[in-house]
Amino acid sequence: MVHAIEFRDVTKTFKGAGYSAVDHVSFTVEEGEFITILGSSGCGKTTLLKMINRLYEPDDGKVLLSGTDISSVDVVSLRRRIGYVIQQIGLFPHLTVGENIATLPKLLKWEKEKTAARVDELLIMAGLAPDEFRNRYPSQLSGGQQQRVGLARALAADPGIMLLDEPFGAIDSITRTKLQDELLALHGGMKKTFLFVTHDIEEALKLGTRVMIMNGGKVIQYDTPEQIIRNPADAFVRSLVEAARAKEQFWERFV
Amino acid sequence: MRNLVILRLCGYNKTVSDSMWKGCVAMYQQIAEYFQTSSERWFSMLAGHIGLSAGALLPAIVIAVPAGFLCVRYARLNRPVTALFGTLRIIPSLAVLLLMLPVLGTGALPAMAALVLLAIPPILANTIAGLNGVPDFMLETAVSLGMTQEQVWWKIRFPLALPLIFAGVKTAAVEIIASATLAARIGAGGLGDLIFTGIGLFRTDLLLIGGGSVAVLSLLAGLLFGLLEKMCIRYKTI
Repeated sequence: MVHAIEFRDVTKTFKGAGYSAVDHVSFTVEEGEFITILGSSGCGKTTLLKMINRLYEPDDGKVLLSGTDISSVDVVSLRRRIGYVIQQIGLFPHLTVGENIATLPKLLKWEKEKTAARVDELLIMAGLAPDEFRNRYPSQLSGGQQQRVGLARALAADPGIMLLDEPFGAIDSITRTKLQDELLALHGGMKKTFLFVTHDIEEALKLGTRVMIMNGGKVIQYDTPEQIIRNPADAFVRSLVEAARAKEQFWERFV
Repeated sequence: MRNLVILRLCGYNKTVSDSMWKGCVAMYQQIAEYFQTSSERWFSMLAGHIGLSAGALLPAIVIAVPAGFLCVRYARLNRPVTALFGTLRIIPSLAVLLLMLPVLGTGALPAMAALVLLAIPPILANTIAGLNGVPDFMLETAVSLGMTQEQVWWKIRFPLALPLIFAGVKTAAVEIIASATLAARIGAGGLGDLIFTGIGLFRTDLLLIGGGSVAVLSLLAGLLFGLLEKMCIRYKTI
């Protein structure tokens, strides 16, 4: 069986650090899954994500995409097949919304009409009226709108894998809930594999078909949201679930 | 009466003020006369000044921007290169001009060389600051979209550094225009001729015309670059 993503005993230690950011991690992800990676800051979840599009190279072990060792393929063409969205969004301020979304189609030398049509299609999908937003600059958008554009840009060339590193971390909670629902609908509508890093347990349980919980560079539990709530693997996971429950009880007091 | 006493106490003197007024009128007449009789000469000096300044600014850009790129690309170069041009800048412009004499002789060429040295540091410093000012996460996004290193430089880093590079060029242009005045000392021409003639002949009118022209030219250059900046960098102004 070929997995969409496979980690084989992957280790990454940063220079000068006394511990491994990612410590002998192995797991597989099937095509079309929505995996959320949950952990506190410094647990290695971002490092793990960045090893998939080779922003970081593992010190040891292998990362395979659809059965191919990614260290053996050209890094630029690999990245063009993977969408990447980060918390800071990283829209290019000197380019319009349309030009930002068209970045990868332009690099791939698509025809102008095809690129323009794709930009409009993505803007509609992101819930932004093309005529209104195409020629705006990022500085003229709200944070939520900017992240919609960031998502559209990452989806431009129809990548098979989407890597999302706390994409909604800096967005207010009302907009965040809306964007989460839209992201779920988006994922349901296409056969793409999503990896979504977050430190918010509710977000992780809500979005993930499976949730990977990391601590100290290791994968502690990798299971469906239901299994994680019912059978926490260790004290760390239990404390996470309890923290979420405590928050819920806070609200129940007002019912 | 009381007011007059206060004015006297402040040093006001009717005869002095009258003579000052007469002096001003005379000065205005002299300046008007200069432009009536020698406007052609003034224009040629102005053209010489602009030519000298532009002739120094262009090579300075051509040297400083790539040097700034190299300093950012190869971080090891940053300190020695910045220190070198920084030291060259500390030497007074006039001294640089005079030091150039034995090497390049008199005329426009040594003057330009000195002005180029003067103009490099602001452009270099701003190029480095501009290129380094692009945040890491933006470079990471560019790379993660599948840009090659070369594409990141051309499509992201340089365009984003442009406003600061422009500001550096503007500073350099204004400095060049002011210092090009000294170049007349070594026979390079320009509006400095007028000023030095004015000093030599105790002709305040010539001093005023020369100095005023240089000042207006500096201001205009500042305005022009400001306008260019606004036109090129629309996203900053909206």
